[in-house]
Amino acid sequence: MNTAHGVPTPVGGKIMTPVMKLCLALAGITAVLLIYRFLVGLGPVTNMTDGHPWGLWIAFDVVTGTALACGGYAIALLIYVFNKGKYHPLIRSAILTSALGYTLGAIGVIIDLGRPWWTWKLPIFFWTWNLDSVQLEVALCIMLYTAVLWIEMAPVFMERWEQEDDKPKLQEFSRKWTPILMKAMPWLIALGIVLPTMHQSSLGSMILLAGPKLHPLWLTPWLPFFFLVSCIAMGYGMVVLETMWSRTVYSRYRETSILSALAPAMVVVLLVWIGVRLFNVVASGKTGYLFNLDRFSMLFWAEILLFAVPAFILMMKPARPDKNRYRLFLAAGMMVTGGMLHRFTAYWFAYNPGEHWNLYFPSMFEIFVTVGLIAAEVAAFMYIIKKFPILTGRPSAALPT
Amino acid sequence: MNISRRGALKVAAFGAATATGARKAEAREKKTAPADATGMLYDATLCIGCKACVAACRDANDLELEANSVLYDDPQDLSANTCNIIKFYDGEDQQSFVKQQCMHCIDPACAAACMMGSFQKRQNGIVTWKPDRCIGCRYCQVACPFSIPKFEWNSALPAMVKCQMCLAKAGTTEAGQLNEVGQPACTEVCPRHAVIYGPYEELKAEALRRIADEPDRYEDHVYGLDEAGGTQVLYLTARGVPFSKLGLPELGPEPVPALPVGLQHTIYKGFVAPVAVYGIVAGLVWRARRQQDEAGEEVGG
Amino acid sequence: MVLPTLDSPPFDPTGLDRRDFVKVCSMAAAAVGLPTEAAAAFVENIQAGRKPSVIWLANQECTGCTESLLRTSHPRLDELILDLISLDYHEALQVAAGHQAEEARKTAMEENKGAYICVIEGAIPTKDGGIYCKIAGQTSIDMVREVAEDAGAIIAIGSCASWGGIPSAYPNPTGAVGAPEVLEGKTVVTIPGCPSNPYNFLGVALQYATFGTLPELDALGRPKFAYGRYIHEHCPRRAHFDAGRFVKQFGDEGHRQGWCLYQMGCKGPVTKANCSTLNFGEVSDAWPIGIGAPCFGCTEKGVGFTIGKFETVEISEATPPATYPPIFSEREGPNPWATMALGGIIGGAIGGGIIAAKKVSQPSEDEIGLGEV
Repeated sequence: MNTAHGVPTPVGGKIMTPVMKLCLALAGITAVLLIYRFLVGLGPVTNMTDGHPWGLWIAFDVVTGTALACGGYAIALLIYVFNKGKYHPLIRSAILTSALGYTLGAIGVIIDLGRPWWTWKLPIFFWTWNLDSVQLEVALCIMLYTAVLWIEMAPVFMERWEQEDDKPKLQEFSRKWTPILMKAMPWLIALGIVLPTMHQSSLGSMILLAGPKLHPLWLTPWLPFFFLVSCIAMGYGMVVLETMWSRTVYSRYRETSILSALAPAMVVVLLVWIGVRLFNVVASGKTGYLFNLDRFSMLFWAEILLFAVPAFILMMKPARPDKNRYRLFLAAGMMVTGGMLHRFTAYWFAYNPGEHWNLYFPSMFEIFVTVGLIAAEVAAFMYIIKKFPILTGRPSAALPT
Repeated sequence: MNISRRGALKVAAFGAATATGARKAEAREKKTAPADATGMLYDATLCIGCKACVAACRDANDLELEANSVLYDDPQDLSANTCNIIKFYDGEDQQSFVKQQCMHCIDPACAAACMMGSFQKRQNGIVTWKPDRCIGCRYCQVACPFSIPKFEWNSALPAMVKCQMCLAKAGTTEAGQLNEVGQPACTEVCPRHAVIYGPYEELKAEALRRIADEPDRYEDHVYGLDEAGGTQVLYLTARGVPFSKLGLPELGPEPVPALPVGLQHTIYKGFVAPVAVYGIVAGLVWRARRQQDEAGEEVGG
Repeated sequence: MVLPTLDSPPFDPTGLDRRDFVKVCSMAAAAVGLPTEAAAAFVENIQAGRKPSVIWLANQECTGCTESLLRTSHPRLDELILDLISLDYHEALQVAAGHQAEEARKTAMEENKGAYICVIEGAIPTKDGGIYCKIAGQTSIDMVREVAEDAGAIIAIGSCASWGGIPSAYPNPTGAVGAPEVLEGKTVVTIPGCPSNPYNFLGVALQYATFGTLPELDALGRPKFAYGRYIHEHCPRRAHFDAGRFVKQFGDEGHRQGWCLYQMGCKGPVTKANCSTLNFGEVSDAWPIGIGAPCFGCTEKGVGFTIGKFETVEISEATPPATYPPIFSEREGPNPWATMALGGIIGGAIGGGIIAAKKVSQPSEDEIGLGEV
């Protein structure tokens, strides 16, 4: 194993690049907008109505955003459940993306809640828990998983802090806690695999409570299965996208062979998803809906295509390396888009409260806040990978101090 | 292909867990109305659209007026200010009025949705809302097949608003009288007794009796007996005016929570599956880390 | 000409001057919706000495409809009977009595054969040969048939004459019916009400007298200009009904505010009349609902004297206002700017993705050196 590329190191370099400035500006404006939102309520700033109580923030920031953050889960599955240690170089950035993604998802929930001041009661007042509520499990699971993710990130931060001779308190803290954490790590990793399995599938079960308001093509007891498998697909996709992009931008080794090796796993996941999805539609007698030429059938086939085309592409490995990277990146992009579309459709397009409620479309405010949250996540990501050892090593230069 | 047979089996195991849940979704028992259930019977053939009930509801629940046009109060639909409304169906051959308010389902979707039980069936099976645990997530709105719970969108301290059969300050009055007059304001004020209040079983019998006595007057169906598992508010409509035209959705007998809650309980029954899976995964993680450590691979976490 | 008050000069039986006379005719025409040209026609007719003959029959009646005519001021009853028409027979108002009265009636009928107006007030008993009401030894039913035979126009004034009124209320011991039922085959203009509004009668009478025509009638013979709408459709308290504000008890807060009387048993929704627009006694709001009493439905057979005064009624034809919420309301559509913005972002993301794909695919020297390409 070539340790030169296996050891993660901070990227270093200037923090306040133009991109960072832009991201911080967007995030800053969003923070101000959010103060306004909390002062006036949701009605004046969003287009959500009693007919469409969940809009862009839930459908994208929470449901889709957390799925986009499933890279850590997907890679952890490979490394620890399927015992494929060679994917280790990917795990840190994947976990970081997951931690940031879930944190942003949690923030997304808070800004969408009408009465967020009682949120603290949820994990504590266990005697009030309504065990019938799917959302209860999702909420508790996500809260716990977000904490687990940051604890899993802790050794990375402490690895850096241990070297900071000018901050002795941090050094001491890190030296004390690192061994304790490392001992607990297997238990945490196991949690980090079980928890997303639970809540990503339950996100599927959750929307089933819309019942008759959900289009029959998405109203199926198999929806949690579809959400789970597609989130694994999205996880791999995001890992490929994020790995290739960040390593390219920061002149790091692109780990093409490892990513290429992911391809068979991705194909399996995609084909399983497509196969069960189609089988489920046929077996439950819903084939009639597939060829209606209405927007639901179009969305269904779009989902299938966005998973089928990458599966097809990934099954053929081109000889030329740049073509190989290209197909990996495109396939990953399509998988991620397909998974996003699947979730969007379940939570937004396929949700029909009745003909007299007009189609919901997010307001400028909602769109801007979403963009701002993503910008905040990007800014945090950029800062952390520059300061802490996340990305695996430079091909040739010495390790930075 | 890199996936070993063992790996494939593991994938199958995960899949089977959710799939089993998918097949056994009917694990949820069918709920019946509580013994002391009360409800309302609305007979659209008697209603004259006078809206005395709309005005009385406003009064009884201290709701604000809602001016949508030049009139000082003309709500067009249920909203955060309107728990009860009368709407007009102007058909080609026939006309009818319809009263809309919470249906007080026997197996309410809103109560199944609510994480900490803000929405719950309480006294007499009436579905009420408590503010002290609601975080305003609006899952109840997603769940309700009748689109009843309304949210105070324009408030910084929003509440969920819907008919609570005038339970005086629901949540603090746990027992005893419904309110000062012993029945909801709308049923008390109706001049034609188009909507009446009483024990659920009696109202059910009354509705069936009216159809049996005057089969030409009514559609041969009491809405709410079976719909979505049954509701404590029942409807009768004139012959020739289908319920769907009055805005009452066509629903099967399965309660809305049956599918997701049945699924959830099957998968997580007794929390056995998650604990078992955790045990197995933890074991696998141990083994993987040890083997990868021995092989010299980076075990950074 | 001003409305008479207690301080008005006493009635001058020598008649009116021409100007006042024209005014009287104009007001009479206006009161019942005839165009102003009608007034001129009235004037002409009467000045030419062609005052129509009116034979006014009295059956089972309280004389209330006559009394309500007394309360008109344009024209005043005295102006009416002395200047506008020739009231040749009226048991309450005529000076003659006994055989002389009957003689006068028969003479008038002879002289104006086919042209006189036969006015019928009061119900007509039919049981036992109609013996329960006799005038000069003749049963009402016979007299009515006799007078109606050669009449130019037949007007039944009041609910009793229109459909039976009070005498016909359960158990109807005398078999009282309205005029149309004993005059089958004849066109009978009915002006129901208890009492009827005198202007409804005046309008019909004057129109016939001047033009020889009758106004448009409905299936029951009621002139449409007066009985074409339900009280409910033209009630000044309708807005309270539509807003759900009802009087629950006489004297309560709502009653003081003038709220809708539906819950007190108002029969407005099933009663056709024009009391709400043409008040009584020429005093604004001088009609039942106007003074806070629920409409009794006195004009309608099957309602007045039949349904309990405080019993509420069904509304057979709902006529809610245009602002009444429909089952499904219109909603607003999405904002085009937001759509454009989101479309732009998505398009940008896709485009950016393809560009990024190209960028990340580029070969790199260092990686080639490591053997990983």
